[in-house]
Amino acid sequence: MPSATFIDHAGQSRTVEGPEGENLMRVAVLNDVPGIDADCGGECACATCHVFVDEAWLDKCGEPSELETSMLSFAATAQPNSRLACQIILTSALDGIVVETPAAQH
Amino acid sequence: MDPFHNPFIAEHTGRARTIPLEEFSPANPKYMEMDVWQPYFSRLREEAPLHYCEDKIIGPYWSLTRYKDIMATEVNTRVFSSSSTFGGITLMDQREELPMFIAMDQPKHDEQRKVVQPIVSPQNLESMEKLIRQRTQKVLDALPHNETFNWVEKVSIDLTNMMLATLFDFPFEDRALLTYWSDSATANTLGGGHIDSEATRERILAECLAYFTRLWNERVNAEPGSDLVSMLAHGPATRNMSPREYLGNLVLLIVGGNDTTRNSMTGGVCFLNQNPDEYAKLRANPALVESMVSEIIRYQTPLAYMRRTALEDFEMHGQTIRKGDKLAMWYASGNRDGEAIDNPDQFIIDRARPRQHLSFGFGIHRCVGNRLAELQLRILWEEILQRFSKIEVVGPPKRVFSAFIRGYTELPVRVSR
Ligand code: FES
Repeated sequence: MPSATFIDHAGQSRTVEGPEGENLMRVAVLNDVPGIDADCGGECACATCHVFVDEAWLDKCGEPSELETSMLSFAATAQPNSRLACQIILTSALDGIVVETPAAQH
Repeated sequence: MDPFHNPFIAEHTGRARTIPLEEFSPANPKYMEMDVWQPYFSRLREEAPLHYCEDKIIGPYWSLTRYKDIMATEVNTRVFSSSSTFGGITLMDQREELPMFIAMDQPKHDEQRKVVQPIVSPQNLESMEKLIRQRTQKVLDALPHNETFNWVEKVSIDLTNMMLATLFDFPFEDRALLTYWSDSATANTLGGGHIDSEATRERILAECLAYFTRLWNERVNAEPGSDLVSMLAHGPATRNMSPREYLGNLVLLIVGGNDTTRNSMTGGVCFLNQNPDEYAKLRANPALVESMVSEIIRYQTPLAYMRRTALEDFEMHGQTIRKGDKLAMWYASGNRDGEAIDNPDQFIIDRARPRQHLSFGFGIHRCVGNRLAELQLRILWEEILQRFSKIEVVGPPKRVFSAFIRGYTELPVRVSR
């Protein structure tokens, strides 16, 4: 199974595994990774699964959809490497992906 | 006597089970006022998740009552418009709808919303916390002991209009006007209140605009400040708004920051009184305030629905919503949908995922002030727990005559140390 590393705001890092095809938000939630709220349950409708994708992985994640871009523009502390974790599907190409979670989901 | 005993519920439960679905009118404002809406909506969720009603006053409209369908509709902004051009976000069609960013589609919506977004940035919330706490303490410390008073008036209204006055940097001594304008904007003309016609509403809102135009003029010539009026006056997407659009956005921000929080502040007192075990749980573990706040917001659902208008024909549940049809997404019902929420009719202050509720809406129109609302409620309950062993509801609550606003005008309580 591919793995993903979540680094929280305080710098603590957690590496967890998830099945291919699962989205990164669910991988985090199912493994009790803190820092992801996911109020809408993965519908790209709340922006509380906001993460900063490590630059080395950003291109491999593909382009965000229009809806994701809109939702991200309302997330506090959005940056050019911001993504919504529920819209990133874990594949073997993303095995080892590193993302950071923000201080608070907003 | 139990102040929450509802003399109408038995009859309405029977009626909701037996009358033909064609006779259902989900948007009847009496259902919320009498607190008998639930059996009707539970049958709709069960048997007619997409329901059509020919209403004489508001015209024909569809109702969506299941959590999942509402979520799917929220994100489908290509088909389901919020725009005031087609009627905006409430079922009643006005002669001339007020433009406001919640009632706009993309891209204009996004541009205007971004102008006011910084008011609720995490840093701003952090810096407001102290002020909110001091005010809350003051309001609670001034409450009479062992004497019946109206919680809505003495606590909920006072706290919310002080907050609004701060957000707008509005003259503090005039802040009661904000509540008055908010109520005027949302009142149902058939409710027997001071808004008896659309003409009266327009006249009062014109006063609101005149007042706020003075503030605008002051601030547009000053350095950009951090209050909402200044943000609108200087924001690239809002500084050239027409006066009507300014009024629309003011109404949005006033109602959005007022009614919703106020009614959740009152709702919480009701729910804890109706669920003494949960109240005991809270007193034993004040750390539950945070998850309780989300549960209060779910359970209250201060805005019962939002309306959308179809921009093209759309198939759902074997029926066709026609282009131009209006549709109510009933948040209040989706929040009681057992398919999405366990034991949805139970008020449970320590749910595992308490923020999974529809009260703030989802998608691009999701409530911009959600974190501020949660903050205000959290502080209120933290301070209540510091002071009072109990807030006791001693008489029946009076609810608002409206299908849109789920709120209270009166809640008689007594507090004790
Ligand atoms: S979980 Fe809501 S946007 Fe990702």
